[in-house]
Amino acid sequence: MNFDKELDARGLNCPLPILRAKKALAEVGSGQVLKILSTDPGSVKDFAAFAKQTGNELLSTAEAGGEFTFFMKKK
Amino acid sequence: MDTKKMAIIATKGTLDWAYPPFILASTAAALGYETQIFFTFYGLQLVRKDLSVLKVSPLGNPGMPMKMPFGPKWFKSMNWNIPNAIQSLVPGYESVATALMKQTIANNGVATIPDLRSLCQEAEVKFIACQMTVELFGFEHSDFIDGLEYGGAATFFEFAGETDICLFI
Repeated sequence: MNFDKELDARGLNCPLPILRAKKALAEVGSGQVLKILSTDPGSVKDFAAFAKQTGNELLSTAEAGGEFTFFMKKK
Repeated sequence: MDTKKMAIIATKGTLDWAYPPFILASTAAALGYETQIFFTFYGLQLVRKDLSVLKVSPLGNPGMPMKMPFGPKWFKSMNWNIPNAIQSLVPGYESVATALMKQTIANNGVATIPDLRSLCQEAEVKFIACQMTVELFGFEHSDFIDGLEYGGAATFFEFAGETDICLFI
């Protein structure tokens, strides 16, 4: 998937992936896509909840070898 | 849509209990909540300039697992069940437990309290210190970080009365 910015939140634990994502989203324009890498298993539910509450769209969630990849489109 | 609001009363002054208010407040801010923390009694320790005053005590705290943050896996998973009577006799026991806890926090990629507090401030979480307890405990305003407001119960209610979420920690 195409993306405009990448955030490496691997090794970070709650709530840092969300806080970093919020910051990274502030640096892209509306409609642009942020790719997020995380190793925190809690971040799967957290990013879904974050998207729901902020109106940013979670385009996809994927897991491979204990690593999670999210694509989020800015509102 | 109106902005959602959250108020927290932070009353605990130990390293472990410093986490819930700062984690929830920083996350709330990231979710777009207007957030305020009212620091009172021992919670005042969380807004001191010097955060090294925050310690964690396993003494009289049966819920706290006592594990080592280093060594092989079998060693790390051991629980050091040390009787209260011994903990209370060993000088520096709390400082050692605090150092071990800080190492565990770092190993797990969990943010430090100074970091979380700064993140809250960057996200414009409003900090209010209870003026009554500042005086009760003999603190000076110069003991605390800049950007604090000082107020009392009525100040808390002014904001808390309009919140969606209100927590006592």
